[in-house]
Amino acid sequence: MSTVAQKRGFLAVLWDYLTTVDHKKIAILYLISGGFFFLVGGLEAMFIRIQLAVPDNDFVSAGLYNELLTMHGTTMIFLAAMPLLFAFMNAVVPLQIGARDVAFPFLNSLGFWLFFFGGVFLNLSWFMGGAPDAGWTSYASLSIASPGHGIDFYVLGLQISGAGTLIAGINFLVTIINMRAPGMTYMRMPLFTWSTFVASALILFAFPPLTVGLFLMLFDRMFGANFFNVSMGGNTIIWEHLFWIFGHPEVYILILPAFGIFSDIISTFSKKRLFGYAAMVFATVLIGFLGFMVWAHHMFTTGLGPTANAIFAVATMAIAVPTGVKIFNWLLTMWGGSIRFTTPMLYAVAFIPSFVAGGVTGVMLASAAADYQYHDSYFVVAHFHYVIIGGVVLGLLAGTHFYWPKMFGTMLNETLGKVTFWLFLIGFHGTFFVQHFLGLMGMPRRIWKYLPGQGLDLFNMISTIGAFFMAIAVLVLLYNIVITQVKNVRVGNDPWGDGRTLEWAIPSPPPYYNFKQLPLVRGLDPLWIEKMEGRTEMTPAEPLGDIHMPNNSFIPFVMSLGLFIAAFGAMYQIDWRESGGEEFVWSLPVLIIGMLITLGSMAVRSLKDDHGYHIHKEELMDDTDKGGKE
Amino acid sequence: MATHESTSANPKVNYEYRRRKARDEMRMQVTSFATMIFMTFIAFIVVIADFDKYYAFPVLLLLAGAQVVLQLYYFMHMSHKGHGTAALFLYSGALIAFITVLTFLTIVWW
Ligand code: HEM
Ligand SMILES: [Cu+2]
Repeated sequence: MSTVAQKRGFLAVLWDYLTTVDHKKIAILYLISGGFFFLVGGLEAMFIRIQLAVPDNDFVSAGLYNELLTMHGTTMIFLAAMPLLFAFMNAVVPLQIGARDVAFPFLNSLGFWLFFFGGVFLNLSWFMGGAPDAGWTSYASLSIASPGHGIDFYVLGLQISGAGTLIAGINFLVTIINMRAPGMTYMRMPLFTWSTFVASALILFAFPPLTVGLFLMLFDRMFGANFFNVSMGGNTIIWEHLFWIFGHPEVYILILPAFGIFSDIISTFSKKRLFGYAAMVFATVLIGFLGFMVWAHHMFTTGLGPTANAIFAVATMAIAVPTGVKIFNWLLTMWGGSIRFTTPMLYAVAFIPSFVAGGVTGVMLASAAADYQYHDSYFVVAHFHYVIIGGVVLGLLAGTHFYWPKMFGTMLNETLGKVTFWLFLIGFHGTFFVQHFLGLMGMPRRIWKYLPGQGLDLFNMISTIGAFFMAIAVLVLLYNIVITQVKNVRVGNDPWGDGRTLEWAIPSPPPYYNFKQLPLVRGLDPLWIEKMEGRTEMTPAEPLGDIHMPNNSFIPFVMSLGLFIAAFGAMYQIDWRESGGEEFVWSLPVLIIGMLITLGSMAVRSLKDDHGYHIHKEELMDDTDKGGKE
Repeated sequence: MATHESTSANPKVNYEYRRRKARDEMRMQVTSFATMIFMTFIAFIVVIADFDKYYAFPVLLLLAGAQVVLQLYYFMHMSHKGHGTAALFLYSGALIAFITVLTFLTIVWW
């Protein structure tokens, strides 16, 4: 988005982004594709709400409704929320710890392209005979029986993008462990870095169960295995266990980074150090750990037995304790601070009560006996939208406004930002608050239509109107982004004026090597410490020297493309075998060619040495910090 | 790179010292390799000699555990300095997996 880039011509820029290994550009790729999928998922949500606006509606057919609902959930969780979080993690975490890039730049790019091709594959289902239709949880008892290729798209698409997520998670772990600047001890890391660290650890442990589950499903659907087929001695509940052993940690993978973004925003705009920093870190780690011990609260009504239900209920409620610690620490950070209500801060302030409401319904659901009433009703829908929108999405919107200047060097319009905020907040509560009552009145979730005269009409209409408010808010945000980039007013290092952490010590956007000299970190909120002593910059920790940089590479793209191609072969070989080898004869060759492309590019990567290059000291000396202003 | 230069980018690394280190390392590797072969041998004997189930199972599991430890600490260098974080992650992963399996064996009915 820099002016230099615009002068270089479109194809050159495209090629640059296709081959980049720079964490700042990969962040932009994640932002654009995550944002795109967010719009797709949002559109699906609008169709759902239009269908439910009035009783006995026929806007979409029952089958299409199931597809919309499934794709909405799957897209929002896997293709919108996670990649958007990765966008901010990529853009900010290396800067916050004072690193020049992530530990494995090549893998970073590979992770992105795997996610991207997985997401595209999943969404192609719309055009190739029908989308998955068994809910984002895709319970085996339903999905094994689903006709067509919908579920196969789900399994293969998530398998590919899941591999990308796992790679990204491992990369952040190694980066945070190994690449911290001199003086940046663990207990001096900003909360966003900490929460990224814990979320990445959760990814590391939670995604393998999903991978296993998806593989079993893949074999059941594509190669005639019977892992989940009860009539053949399989066990359909195993899918539920595997899915939720992944699924519950997954919701914390989403919320923890949002917590981190809010922690940084709240302390920045309260002009105070985060209250109870150590407790915040401890609570984050504890939430991450406990997140693995509660999966069965999604299965209370499956019949696990009273002992299991009781123990999982108690374990679930225990998570509310560290969460409460965090809430109080945010409040106490604001307490007595000199608060500036910028757009990001508005989101942060609104997040606290919204998220608490979701937490409270969570604890209600956690009481197993009561859950027999709530389960699979709109009450659950209200709960998870309160935590996910009131927590994760507000965090993403706050992060978009807060980090936009660091990522693009321009400042989003504050007035429009506040318009977006109010429209979104009103729309969000309008949509989901009433759903609590719909649930308590007995409206089941995942229902295509309801009859008039059951007392459900009014609240459903309100809910739909709320959804339109949110849609308008998103359009305002898009408009804001466009006019900001068109005006292109450049900003300096610390556009908010109160930056506390390392990312605000360097130009916006940072030069491609980030730090000319690695900074010396002397405590928590290192930039703030320097500011308090009258300096505007960090003290360097090393003399100016050559900087080692990785080369760009097209291999990650090709590697992911190979899997994408192979997935089509894997899917259509079912039809090939069913037709007795008559039709779809191309499927097996496609599978093999796809795998060969992937394996071949892996071989090229392993056999061809790529030592990167050096930026020489002399070039750095000429380049007098104009870096980001290019 | 000539044989008498260190493979490290750091010129200060002492070649003699590195050589001695490598020799010690090699001895450890060979010793643990031999131990592992021996343990595998015992495992085979236990099975072939048709020992009682209640005797054979614990012995096999014990040997397997020992093999894992040897593998991690000697072949994968976890005994070296600077592997604390890796160990932390390994053990927390093992703990989580253990608790999960335990749950299935004890309280989950399905
Ligand atoms: C105090 C913390 C929380 C508690 C006690 C809690 C408890 C629960 C319980 C018991 C259920 C199962 C309800 C049912 O199906 O009958 C549930 C569902 C759900 N929760 Fe939470 N939760 C908490 C926080 C969160 C957070 C932070 C997120 C996400 C960011 C989240 C996302 C979800 C989702 C997505 C579902 C529904 C999954 C589905 O069936 O599709 N929860 N929660
Ligand atoms: Cu859960």
